[in-house]
Amino acid sequence: MQTVAELIAELPVFAGLAPERLELVAGCGGTVRRRAGDELFREGEPADAFYVLRAGAVALETRAPAGPPLVIETLHAGEVVGWSWLVPPYRWHFDGRAIEDVRAIGFDAACLRGKADADPALGYELLQRFAQVMVSRMQAARLRLLDVYGTPVPQ
Amino acid sequence: MSAMAPEPFTVTARRRETPDTWTLELEPEGGGRRPFAPGQFNMLYAFGNGESAISISGDPDGGGPLVHTVRAVGLTTAAICRAQPGDALGVRGPFGNAWPVGAAEGGDVVIVAGGLGLAPLRPAIRAVLARRDRYGRVALLYGGRSPDLLLYRDELDGWAARGDVEVAVTVDAARRGWRGRVGVVPALVAGAAFDAPSATALVCGPEVMMRFAVAALRDRGVPAARIHLSMERNMQCGIGHCGHCQLGPTLVCRDGPVYSYDLLGPWLAIREL
Repeated sequence: MQTVAELIAELPVFAGLAPERLELVAGCGGTVRRRAGDELFREGEPADAFYVLRAGAVALETRAPAGPPLVIETLHAGEVVGWSWLVPPYRWHFDGRAIEDVRAIGFDAACLRGKADADPALGYELLQRFAQVMVSRMQAARLRLLDVYGTPVPQ
Repeated sequence: MSAMAPEPFTVTARRRETPDTWTLELEPEGGGRRPFAPGQFNMLYAFGNGESAISISGDPDGGGPLVHTVRAVGLTTAAICRAQPGDALGVRGPFGNAWPVGAAEGGDVVIVAGGLGLAPLRPAIRAVLARRDRYGRVALLYGGRSPDLLLYRDELDGWAARGDVEVAVTVDAARRGWRGRVGVVPALVAGAAFDAPSATALVCGPEVMMRFAVAALRDRGVPAARIHLSMERNMQCGIGHCGHCQLGPTLVCRDGPVYSYDLLGPWLAIREL
């Protein structure tokens, strides 16, 4: 059976991380399974965890009054679910729900923040990696804001 | 017959794809077939309204009717979309060059489509699948605004069910219950299974989407010369005479609409173009 350190070494967000840092990160992680339909977290609650998906899919959802939930984004194998754990006030911005059976590595956010505080070089490395996740999500959000598939406006 | 004279065709079938987009099947009133290559377009003439350049979206091998998927965005395209079975439309063409489906043989193919951009790619998809054994892995990555605005839903399901094509569909927004992905189509490139250095990429959609898709393909390592995009400009004559569709030193109706990115990239960086 693979150790958590071996499993997370295969995840894109941790690719190339030095072995000693992988061990530090792995110390805060563990394998997680969720069934399709399970709620992982809820908007506004403390972001005390994050996940990296090994299989399955998770939908980030938000709610409109008196309407069904809107799916903001779906996340799939290899992708990070959650960066709110890294940025104060450490609260989830959306609901997270498994839409397929999920296998993931789940991380204890307080544990990892503690290690990042104690080892600023590790903290900086994690921040750089999660900044890339945030930037790619922001760029995708900007592209969607352009509404490129909408009705063209006559020039 | 002059290339500027529209030939009368009869609308034989009409299917609503989305609230503002229709697929029309046309047969020439004089009989016969008009062969075309995947990626080419026709000038469709709604008599009394005007003419518009519309990509051919049918099967290049099937010998069936001429098929066009048209979005009603202006007076002419709205008139084309209103055409009922039995009505006549004028057709000039086919014009333009083709997707390099022959040159792509022997390697992987990744097809990236956004919105109505699936329509010009549909003949290329049909051509590749008709000769499936000549290609390596085939991935179709398609993005739209919402599930109800996706084209060819049944056909997408059929392609996905084949088992020899990776079909990933994503939308910008959806209600719970949508079983596909939510996100932008360029984001699908990173997770698709293809050998980037030897793959051929065919890309069509809104120009901003294509720029993001090309960036994702380049990040994966697809060479610029193997990325092909279908461009849209103001095509009017269709035969390279009027100059309305100039793009850099080319005319899209004559030299395009399909361009490789190594040629096209520098022009796209010129904001005035």
